Amino acid sequence: MSASGPRLQPTLFELSKTGRGGDKVPHPPRDALDRLPPEQRRVQPAALPEVNEPEAVRHFVNLSQLNHAVDTGFYPLGSCTMKWNPKVNEWAARQPGFAQLHPMAPDAVAQGTLQLLWELEQMLIEISGMRAVTLQPAAGAHGELTGILMVRAYHASRGDTGRTEVLVPDSAHGTNPATATMAGLRTVSIKAAADGGIDLDAFQAALGPQTAAIMITNPSTMGLFESRVGELLDAVHAAGALAYMDGANLNAILGRFKPGEAGFDVMHINTHKTFSTPHGGGGPGAGPVAVGEKLEPFLPAPRVVREDGGTFRLERVGERPTSIGRMRSFVGSTGVLVRAYAYLRTHGASGLAEITDDAVLAANYLKDRLADSGLYDIPFPGVCKHEFIASATSIKRKTGVRTLDIAKRLLDHGFHAPTVYFPLTVDEAMLIEPTETESVETLDAFADALIAIAREAEVDPEIVKTAPHTAPVRRLDEAGAARNPNLRWRAAVGDWTPCPD
Amino acid sequence: MAYGPHTPADREQMLAALGMDSVDDLFADIPERLRSSPLRLDPPEPEQLLMNRLAGLAGRNRVDLASFLGAGAYRHFSPPLVDQILLRGEWYTAYTPYQPEVSQGTLQSIYEYESLIAELLGLDVVSASHYDGAAATAEGALMTCRATQRGRVLVSRGVHPHYRDVLRTYFHGAGLHIEEIPLVGEGPTAGTTDLAELERRLGDTEHPVAGVVVAQPNFFGLLEPMADASNLAHAAGAQLVAVVEPVSLAVLAPPGAYGADIAAGEGQALGIPPQYGGPYLGILACTDPLVRQIPGRLVGMTTDVDGKRAYVMTLQAREQHIRREKAASNICTNQTLLALAASLWLAALGPHGLRDVAALGAARAAELEAALASVGVARVHAGAYLNEFAVRVPDAASVHNELLGRGVLAGLVLADAVPDEPGLADALLVCTTEVTTGDDIATFARELGAVLAESGAAAKAGQPVGARA
Repeated sequence: MSASGPRLQPTLFELSKTGRGGDKVPHPPRDALDRLPPEQRRVQPAALPEVNEPEAVRHFVNLSQLNHAVDTGFYPLGSCTMKWNPKVNEWAARQPGFAQLHPMAPDAVAQGTLQLLWELEQMLIEISGMRAVTLQPAAGAHGELTGILMVRAYHASRGDTGRTEVLVPDSAHGTNPATATMAGLRTVSIKAAADGGIDLDAFQAALGPQTAAIMITNPSTMGLFESRVGELLDAVHAAGALAYMDGANLNAILGRFKPGEAGFDVMHINTHKTFSTPHGGGGPGAGPVAVGEKLEPFLPAPRVVREDGGTFRLERVGERPTSIGRMRSFVGSTGVLVRAYAYLRTHGASGLAEITDDAVLAANYLKDRLADSGLYDIPFPGVCKHEFIASATSIKRKTGVRTLDIAKRLLDHGFHAPTVYFPLTVDEAMLIEPTETESVETLDAFADALIAIAREAEVDPEIVKTAPHTAPVRRLDEAGAARNPNLRWRAAVGDWTPCPD
Repeated sequence: MAYGPHTPADREQMLAALGMDSVDDLFADIPERLRSSPLRLDPPEPEQLLMNRLAGLAGRNRVDLASFLGAGAYRHFSPPLVDQILLRGEWYTAYTPYQPEVSQGTLQSIYEYESLIAELLGLDVVSASHYDGAAATAEGALMTCRATQRGRVLVSRGVHPHYRDVLRTYFHGAGLHIEEIPLVGEGPTAGTTDLAELERRLGDTEHPVAGVVVAQPNFFGLLEPMADASNLAHAAGAQLVAVVEPVSLAVLAPPGAYGADIAAGEGQALGIPPQYGGPYLGILACTDPLVRQIPGRLVGMTTDVDGKRAYVMTLQAREQHIRREKAASNICTNQTLLALAASLWLAALGPHGLRDVAALGAARAAELEAALASVGVARVHAGAYLNEFAVRVPDAASVHNELLGRGVLAGLVLADAVPDEPGLADALLVCTTEVTTGDDIATFARELGAVLAESGAAAKAGQPVGARA
């Protein structure tokens, strides 16, 4: 393999050769399995690949180099908060005391981790303005489900069983309506007002004794602070419903807005967004949920308890019967939470406030640069929070080049594309989130690239429509992939496309 | 700020470009009544001091004990190549491969993961990952309801208590019905799923059953009659969800061999450290006919416009960002990096190494059984096990606590974990793997013998066991 050019790889299965691979573990005695009943034994061995260490390492190193990543370049993926992932956090999670601790270890031997989790809860309580936190949910959507199940349990505990609806703005992440369904509730979609914000009248018309909760993302998925949210919260509580805040965009409001103080009853926090835990190619995340007084009794079990003597323990099985129960096995994604804790300690109060200030400054700077170009439509030209929407509607009208084409052409410039075609409520949308860890030089270079592509679309639209040209592969046959799904390697099936080597 | 790039001059330049004097102007859109109180948190901590603090906290955990604790999370040898590859920023600082042209590494790694696990399970379709074994099991049980259009699922009490808890939480939420099948109380099959009771419940035709959930090995380490459970379920038009431990599948019959429609399980054992509960790897798989019911991301092989082989997320019409309230699940973020860890671990060990790991764990378990028997401690159940089993120990909680002080983590006190399971008031669940040493086993047996002897003496003298702790 050369030092240049794409590093497309055959599959591990194609690298396999019978008899390859070294001894990594001792051999067991020959009779080790003789005591197992024959009918329980595996007859056909699993056809796993046999590769030696150098081959395996080269395979995965070369594969890794096909990825764009925060460590390799700018990643302005709106609503995902692709900020810097500090290296000390990786060191922290790998400390043997954290990494090798068994999740069912007695409390007496887990005091370090339990203390860390308890302190992390206190920090998240302060940041959210809420009363209590569960660290159990494994991701944002998992946190949403946790929160909405608690809302249901709250209403049920009051004998208020007619509340079957969740009101969700049409600009919300798809996880919000999908969560309502999983929690056995019906989604009522509410259109945004003309300025992109909450349509207070539409919400008030939809609120009633059948409303269990509203789910609001604030700032919204358009990158706008919901300035009418105070009035909405009043209306929601007057109707006897509860208010859920999707905390996906918490990076924009640290130290400026505390959802609990404002009147939200429950929110989730994406540690993999706001608190820098790595996205890992799609996960893991962690989705702590913060709640106010009304929902505290219903938090998932077990919670971390601080005893009077300053020691810590987990709740025992059945200790708090009001709990909605478990959302997952064991305590939570502790390895992720160690990283979030390190990040919060690193920044402290002043550092967190600065994160938000710089993230919002960067987004507004970039938005104005694109607005000034006159090439991109900026549907909401006022102050934005940590992200903003640009649209290629005018470019498409003039040149036929779409947002998708611009996104693909950005890859040729060495940038990841923004989130595209989301939110669904804006035509040819690009949701751009620069985060606080990108320099002004990078922001300028990205704006220059977008401007150059818009101009290129006017003179040579084909080159944009057929981008990317320098990525390891060009545009993919996605329709074919869905029509004839090939979801696993089978020697005979794999032959249908040539091996890259 | 610790990682921020902006100099004061940069900030001034950006504000000037916006025509603003202060960054506060950017927050003028937050109404006065909604502005928050200041954050009351400690000041920022320099990296050097932070590392001292973290090392101190980690040091307060005891991970030096001779451990016999399994119960759903297992210690295994992980070749150094696994973590060294995982530490490449191209893997862990990427996100979901929304732009496949610059994400082929992640996409191919997920395809390889799907393929490796499909081989292990003997099933066709493997999702790109779920949060953990419990969440995957719950999603698998929900799949059976969608596939059969029925709303009742039976779960064996041999399934991990945390998983049964999560099933209850999810099913209660969705308005579906979950009920537990008891275990056989005594005899040669004690501790395994009561098939007669299973058959009886499946026979309630007024409330047809969508799925049956059984774990192999079960929570008590016992091998279950999976083929029988599968036949019973299918005869009633229900589906079988097998909850499996992936390392065991090197030597035990895979779900595909006994007709499971769906398999779920915890992938942590595949090279992922225990790290007090996560991040772990939820394995979820199914047969081909169920492919449109499986939740979570799927990656498929395709070609690019030049005919080059390439990989892409596919069949996304099942997912929340397309289907919203009609999606198969709300799952978005998953556990891709842990799936990569599993692939790395399987590649590093190979099929023979994996079999050695499973067989060595079983061999150590037999040694442990013999060693404990030599101090008068016998198994609770009679049936076959692989590498985990329950033993009868009088005053188990006190003995467990006493052994902790002697450097032995003597497995799990079953009365704490499954307080409502009959017949386990005085029992420990113990486990071995290839990392269990002969010395560990000898220490455990010696110290357990000593504690029991002392407590016997203490009991005669009228003192409570473990009073010293």
